[in-house]
Amino acid sequence: MSHCTHRKIKTVSESAASISSIPSRNSAGAFTRWVTQWGSAVVDGISAIGDLSIFTWQMLKWMFTRLPSRGTILINFYQVGALSLPVVALTGTFIGMVLAVQSYAQFHAIGLDSRLGAVINSTLVKELGPVLAATMLAGRVGSAMAAVLGTMRVTEQIDALTTMGADPIHYLVVPRFLACILLIPALTIMADFMGIVGGYFYSVIILGIDHAAYLNHSRAGVAGFDLFSGIFKSIFFGGIIALVSCYRGFHCQAGAEGVGKAATTAFVYSFVLILAVDLFLTIVLNSIYYSIYPTGGSFL
Amino acid sequence: MSDTSNIEEPIAPIQNGNLIEVDGLSVGFDGQWILHNIDLKIAKGQTLAIIGESGCGKTVFMKTLVGLVKSTQGSVKFDHQDLSKLSDAELASIRRRIGFVFQNAALFDSMSIFDNVAFPIRQNEHEVAESEVRDRVMQHLSEVGLPSDITRRRPAELSGGMRKRVGLARALILKPELIVYDEPTTGLDPIMSDVINELILDTRRRYPVTSVVVTHDMHTARKVSDRVLMLFPRRRLNSHDSQVLFDGPPSDLEHAEDRRVRQFVRGEAGDRIRELASEVS
Repeated sequence: MSHCTHRKIKTVSESAASISSIPSRNSAGAFTRWVTQWGSAVVDGISAIGDLSIFTWQMLKWMFTRLPSRGTILINFYQVGALSLPVVALTGTFIGMVLAVQSYAQFHAIGLDSRLGAVINSTLVKELGPVLAATMLAGRVGSAMAAVLGTMRVTEQIDALTTMGADPIHYLVVPRFLACILLIPALTIMADFMGIVGGYFYSVIILGIDHAAYLNHSRAGVAGFDLFSGIFKSIFFGGIIALVSCYRGFHCQAGAEGVGKAATTAFVYSFVLILAVDLFLTIVLNSIYYSIYPTGGSFL
Repeated sequence: MSDTSNIEEPIAPIQNGNLIEVDGLSVGFDGQWILHNIDLKIAKGQTLAIIGESGCGKTVFMKTLVGLVKSTQGSVKFDHQDLSKLSDAELASIRRRIGFVFQNAALFDSMSIFDNVAFPIRQNEHEVAESEVRDRVMQHLSEVGLPSDITRRRPAELSGGMRKRVGLARALILKPELIVYDEPTTGLDPIMSDVINELILDTRRRYPVTSVVVTHDMHTARKVSDRVLMLFPRRRLNSHDSQVLFDGPPSDLEHAEDRRVRQFVRGEAGDRIRELASEVS
């Protein structure tokens, strides 16, 4: 930029400062800035949704045309599934026990201690198991995916894949997506099971609730549809974690800060989307359930 | 070639016909031209060095040559095929004919050195037996002067110079027609820089390959190239025979700005190169 242009800019900014006391101009300027900022945010948002849609479409195209090699898929299955088992099992166990601790006082006060199992297990398999397992996995698996792919982006490893005739979406995203949509439901079942065990342990062993009554009410309180809806939702949660995290990694900005930001935003966006999709799916599944069983029966 | 004193075998001569043809190439991001209206032809077998100050678009130009960056205007043809008109599958098949040595090698962290070098074969030649993969990997590691006992190591366990050599072995393993080097000597000590320069020359002796070397290092440009292209922000400044540019008398250069480029590559330009940059921009 020439000195002359600098001088012109300075003159314009000085003039702007001198008229800043005029209220009508000032409010007009603020309004323009507000419209510009919001306009820019809306355009960026629409552009990001478009980008993510194209990214998803490319990934789906590969999934239905050619899968990656077995070795590539198995490594990702191991990292998403096997390495997440301990943390998911631990989370599930503690959720079950915490639910028992929190609910006991109220149920004991009205003499319904033995019905604790129905509440704990129903809450676990319908909502807390899938959502908290997904949240835990968005942190453990999603952030790691975004960080790994982000590092590969900034160190040109993704470009290197392309130059060697490999498609990065086929090689890096498809196996992660498959691992998430197949194994996150399996991990959710594990979280549900461990939660049920944790709830039983605290209620029966620690609080001394009758074993047979607890199990009877547990069985009666959880319908097959509850179990199905929780696992069905977890498939979508897995898809969200894989797509959002891989997308954030692929669009990582340069440097260590860019990788950190990609990992953080991958978790935050995944978490918000999981909650939003959970609400939507719960409404849809409840509508389906009550249209099939108007009196609240069960298909199992 | 300017420095041929220790060459044992002759380097393959430049052949007839162009491997790369760049016509009116412009690349823009966020409303700004990074490259503008560049024309260039690279003959088969030739080694072209691309020089210029940081931010002048060298890396963007190089990535456009292999289709990693899409051109905004103009065309890049590889062996008479316009890259912008090819499908993804066709582009992938062109890229198999190109080797790319990245600035920091871009080796895959999660793989061993062996798997890194074997990756292009496993990705593109599915029918090749594992025993042949092993032989080719060991042969290429040996050609770049690396011992066979590093194959189980991870990239993080190697020095910068070794990583670059592994990157070169990986780039060569499919016997490419074009090999592109991005800052091959950046971050290396003078001795290791010279080892890499020798490897670039050695590669030309072994294979009939066309090379593009993007570098800040005038010693590298002088040693390995037949021709030098100097880039300035947004445009190509000029392209010269490297021997004339580095070692010929100034009278061989017709235009005043060519003589300025000569001063630049010989390290004699000082601040005058900035005057030239503002003149041509």
